[in-house]
Amino acid sequence: MLKIENLHVSVGDKPILKGINLEIKTGEIHAIMGPNGSGKSTLSHVLSGKAGYEITQGSITYQGKDLTDMPPEIRAREGIFLAFQYPVEIPGVSNIYLLKAALNAVRKHHGQPEVDAMDFLTLVKHKVKMLEMDEKFLYRAVNEGFSGGEKKRNEILQMAILEPKLCILDETDSGLDIDALRIVTDGVNSLRSTERGFLMITHYQRLLDYIKPDVVHVLAQGKIVKSGGPELALELEAKGYSWLETNQVAA
Amino acid sequence: MAAAMNYLESYKDMAANLCGQELPWLEQLRAEALTKFSVSGFPSPREEEWRYTNVSAIEKKLFTPVLGNVDSYPNRQAIDTVWLKPQQLQDAWSVVLVNGHFSAELSILEGLPEGVSVMSMADALVASHDYSALLETHLGRSVNLTEHGFVAFNMAWFTDGVFVHVPAKYVLTKPIQVLNVVTETDAMSTTRNLVILNEMAEAQVIETYVGMNPANAYLTAAVTEVVVGNNAHLTFYKLQTESEKSYHFGGTYVKQAQHARFTHHNFAFGGLLARCDIHTDLDHAAECELNGLYLGVKRQHFDNHTRINHLKPNAISRELYKGVLDGRARGVFQGRVIVAEDAQKTDSQMNNCNLLLSNDAEADTKPQLEIYADDVKCGHGVTVGQLDEKSIFYLQSRCVDEETARNMLTFAFANEMVDKIKIKSLHDQVLEQVVIRFPQEGIQKAWL
Ligand SMILES: Nc1ncnc2c1ncn2[C@@H]1O[C@H](COP(=O)(O)OP(=O)(O)OP(=O)(O)O)[C@@H](O)[C@H]1O
Ligand SMILES: [Mg+2]
Repeated sequence: MLKIENLHVSVGDKPILKGINLEIKTGEIHAIMGPNGSGKSTLSHVLSGKAGYEITQGSITYQGKDLTDMPPEIRAREGIFLAFQYPVEIPGVSNIYLLKAALNAVRKHHGQPEVDAMDFLTLVKHKVKMLEMDEKFLYRAVNEGFSGGEKKRNEILQMAILEPKLCILDETDSGLDIDALRIVTDGVNSLRSTERGFLMITHYQRLLDYIKPDVVHVLAQGKIVKSGGPELALELEAKGYSWLETNQVAA
Repeated sequence: MAAAMNYLESYKDMAANLCGQELPWLEQLRAEALTKFSVSGFPSPREEEWRYTNVSAIEKKLFTPVLGNVDSYPNRQAIDTVWLKPQQLQDAWSVVLVNGHFSAELSILEGLPEGVSVMSMADALVASHDYSALLETHLGRSVNLTEHGFVAFNMAWFTDGVFVHVPAKYVLTKPIQVLNVVTETDAMSTTRNLVILNEMAEAQVIETYVGMNPANAYLTAAVTEVVVGNNAHLTFYKLQTESEKSYHFGGTYVKQAQHARFTHHNFAFGGLLARCDIHTDLDHAAECELNGLYLGVKRQHFDNHTRINHLKPNAISRELYKGVLDGRARGVFQGRVIVAEDAQKTDSQMNNCNLLLSNDAEADTKPQLEIYADDVKCGHGVTVGQLDEKSIFYLQSRCVDEETARNMLTFAFANEMVDKIKIKSLHDQVLEQVVIRFPQEGIQKAWL
């Protein structure tokens, strides 16, 4: 469903991604690990269409379509969802309104009628319960004053309601306590299906105990320097990243 | 050298018709004011507190007072009661002033508790009434005639206004709306209001300023003096939606006694040029909250000038003014907080945030803290900027198109102030005004 080929991305004059190759097929879960500043969030932003990044080389194809010139909202309506590493606070816009506006935008995009108000409420309440959130969060402004963990949970709530095709989770596990991690990963697992692909960015092998990936990649200095099975994450946990970067230079 | 000669000339014709003729103390006040005004004229940008706002157009134009009560107009434009009705808030006592004169016919004052006075200033100033002692004590005491030209002008020229007196411990169950309407073009509406709450009294007052005909150019020059007694609580709203070509000056000058609370919400949406002064003096442990929202489009100019005087210890002040400026609009915020030497443990926070929607819009913001005490907590912050790109992207990533995202964020920014309104009918009225002022934004109330 997603094919990234030789992707080079710069911000201003500064190259950040330097030739990424990655293919995610439907039903697959890919994990990306890598040191701070290696370009993981940049990749997630480029996939979701954030302005300010220049693709200097290479291509991104999603469901057979070239993503390069597609505005972020169209990508989102086509099923790409990014759970932000740092979710943004939107004072004055209520959480439930944004959920409804987003869902209706997706439905409209696919030629479907607006969601029935009662059905929507039932759906939202069901998902809120699944994520063990307080219903009060629905009526608060989007992320405003939410704790770090509450923000992450709210991202997964949005994802659960929009039911995207490609789910990109940028450090969703960071800042979650142990119970919250279980609840959030249960939420993610409930979305796993043969129709859906996942790209999970994380620093912690622990997440992968809850959501078992098919492939683990290591991103360092803007390149994928190693890919492997779940056991690669364990190896990284034990040895850190330095051995890989030296490897890379040697190779 | 006399300034504003044209106005001084025309004063002669009207002086004999002004209210409160029988009261020597008022006659003296008016004479003093006239002398002050004849020297100063209207304020000039040379005065520090008027440096961003040039009102010389008012002087060039000569707006004229409308004499006589609307109920007895011979050949003036009759008030359109169908239009007026929705301006009057449900569940409120309403005092209607047309072209600067009280209209008993249009006002709704039934059911006021015994002992509470809500009446025309002209009536209150009739010597035989019981109020003249109270008026003599308070009128002209919350603001000095030397403050600036409009204050002096108002004292000399005022035709009427509203007088509110809430005796000790009375808690009014309904708000009082003072609805100022101007029906004539080239007219001037000069009103003087006095609101007195004795100790432990509670009330809500709403000042509304509207023009009946959107094409009319006119001048409003209103001064409201407010006295909030010990432990009393006054919530004051001002909704200014004057006609597009009008000039508005509105000054609210407050004296807060010990533990008195004063909350002011200032919505400045209308007029070509609108200047608003809110000044308050805080006695021991008094609390004030000043909120403001100005929305400027086209060539509108808004100047909000606030002054909070912490005179005694332990008082608290909170201030938040927000501006949204589009087209070639300009917004000025001048906020002064003065903490006297004696005012230890003062707790004060002042903020002004401006959102510029176009390259030609401008915001000038000048917060000033003057602190003479040493044990105080005072802060201030100002922002002038565009919408946050991160927020726009976040909304886009949630399927919302860019234009809608911008509109949502703009509306949400303004709505923070609207949401502070505790009176449902007023809240809806103000929200409606926000919506119609940004028609191109396609704003939907459902966003909130
Ligand atoms: N707008 C920008 N301007 C300049 N440099 C940028 C910009 N955005 C990202 N970078 C740089 O690109 C590099 C990659 O950043 P990115 O946020 O993608 O890292 P990351 O792998 O997600 O790190 P972390 O694990 O800390 O979240 C960093 O060196 C960062 O400073
Ligand atoms: Mg990151």
